[in-house]
Amino acid sequence: MNPSYYVILAAILFTIGIVGFLVRKNALVVFMSVELMLNSCNLLFVTFSRVWGNLAGQAMSFFVMVVAAAEVVVGLSIIVMIYRARRSASVDNASLLKF
Amino acid sequence: MTTLLEIAAPTIEYRLLGPVLIVFVGACLGVLIEALVPRQWRDEGQMIVTVMSLVASIVVLWRTWGPGWRTVGAMGAVSIDGPTQIIWLLILVFSLLATLLFAERKLGGGVTSFTPMAAAVPNSTLERDAAAARVEHTEVFPLLLFAVSGMLLFPAANDLLLMFVALEIFSLPLYLLSGLARYRRLLSHEAALKYFLLGSLSSAIFLFGAALLYGYSGSFSFAVIDAAIAAPSQSDALVVTGMVLVLVGLLFKLGAVPFHSWTPDVYQGAPTPVTAFMAVCTKLAAIGALVRIAFVAFGGLRWEWQPVVAGIAILTMLVGSVLAIVAKDIKRLLAYSSIAHAGFILTAVVGASTPESGLPVGQIGSIAGIAFYMTAYGFATLGAFGIVTMVRGAAGERNDLVAWQGLGKKHPWIASAMTLFMLSFAGIPPTAGFIGKWAVFSAAWRGGYWWLVLVAVLMSLVAAYFYLRVVVAMFFSEPDPEVGDVHVAVPGIGTTIVVATGAVMSVVLGIVPGWVLDLATSASQLLR
Repeated sequence: MNPSYYVILAAILFTIGIVGFLVRKNALVVFMSVELMLNSCNLLFVTFSRVWGNLAGQAMSFFVMVVAAAEVVVGLSIIVMIYRARRSASVDNASLLKF
Repeated sequence: MTTLLEIAAPTIEYRLLGPVLIVFVGACLGVLIEALVPRQWRDEGQMIVTVMSLVASIVVLWRTWGPGWRTVGAMGAVSIDGPTQIIWLLILVFSLLATLLFAERKLGGGVTSFTPMAAAVPNSTLERDAAAARVEHTEVFPLLLFAVSGMLLFPAANDLLLMFVALEIFSLPLYLLSGLARYRRLLSHEAALKYFLLGSLSSAIFLFGAALLYGYSGSFSFAVIDAAIAAPSQSDALVVTGMVLVLVGLLFKLGAVPFHSWTPDVYQGAPTPVTAFMAVCTKLAAIGALVRIAFVAFGGLRWEWQPVVAGIAILTMLVGSVLAIVAKDIKRLLAYSSIAHAGFILTAVVGASTPESGLPVGQIGSIAGIAFYMTAYGFATLGAFGIVTMVRGAAGERNDLVAWQGLGKKHPWIASAMTLFMLSFAGIPPTAGFIGKWAVFSAAWRGGYWWLVLVAVLMSLVAAYFYLRVVVAMFFSEPDPEVGDVHVAVPGIGTTIVVATGAVMSVVLGIVPGWVLDLATSASQLLR
């Protein structure tokens, strides 16, 4: 097993997540991009856990899953609240706060 | 494989971790109160539980105060050392004051600053009915306590796993709290959305950095990462990239440029008590974690990160001070001011003036300087936001600076207190802010960054300009006839205590700073 393939895959997934975060307009899709970034981190944790032969990385990936689930609860409630008030979940429409 | 699966029962120093555990249990009790207690008693019940758990937490912390108690606990996951304890003390005291702002009802005519029903669409019949029925979200108190427990864990975390979990524990309640304003709810929703999306992006970046550091050292523990840096066996690219990404995550929470763009929007949109709480306690937790990770885990890479953080400190001071000059909203102005303060604090981090880098025992180094600076900043910030909640119009607070014109003639005491806080922010003697600036700048100077101190002093002058702008608006401008109804509401006991404590401490710490400086110096030894 050559770990560098997995590291490169994780980096590609992370980059797709960042690009998605920057270019997409729907708050749900933006949020999904963040989840993709978290999952790329999980892949990296599991890979390095295998490389080092200890379980710390795998334990971390469980924590990340739990945290991601908690983040979904909070995030979706905020996005639903915004959608109900504005009838739109576009992040570009949320632009009342500026100079 | 059998050896891998043997799990030894962990030992946990329950008494030392008491302050965190008590706050967490208090938060869980708050959730139970929401579920079981009838609505008319919930507010009193929540208030009692919140205040009691914070006070009990301070008492337990004080009973375990001192070098004899300090140790690395919970199987190396939590470092309960001097810096942790002093930051715990500050976070607990400031959250107690913030709780009083949360509970304030007299200013709003019997209602708090929080929306009666977050699920209702703004201006809908449902919302009006809820407001008329005096329905309330008393959940804000358990949310506050959950955030506090995360903030206590964050600067104490001695490995990346716990640090990530603590980061999320204190961030998630704050995302929700920022969306709960009673007035201008669309702004509040927007603040919550922006804070949530950018906050989760920054934690994902932090996590990727943590993964790379794990790949470099094979462990999450700061001590192991430090040892791996001292005896490198892996590619430098892993550790340098990992360090940069982790620092980005922490600098975002601190509100340093170029990761600051959420700060003004969130501070403006969030309910003012939440803004006050965030401005002080999030910054405290973030600077504590930043100091620990920079000095303990990346101490061996000091020469790599010092110039970068110095550049960020200069940018932060510059952008914060310059953009505050054009701010037209007092909360936005205070947000830019908090960005500038993050820059001033970072100068002490850059100086890295610790016993490990040759600081004589008993001298004020980076950590003691930061602790004093945050004490001065915290009292002034809570007091200033307390006054912001008092200046009101027909629908909630009047935050536009135009409405503040001529306040000094009608309400000289309130305007004088605000002036005192502005002078403390600007660092003008004999206020606490002056001693704070002197402490962090001397730490940077001792670390060999004299040019950074020169830039910082220049930036303090720029910052003084916009603080004085508020003073001039209050005392030397005529009220604008077109601003409509502006009055200073009579505050309840809670807000009065916050503003009075802030004003008294801003003066006392400026005239007799010795006891706090001694306390901070005696608690500035990082354990690893």
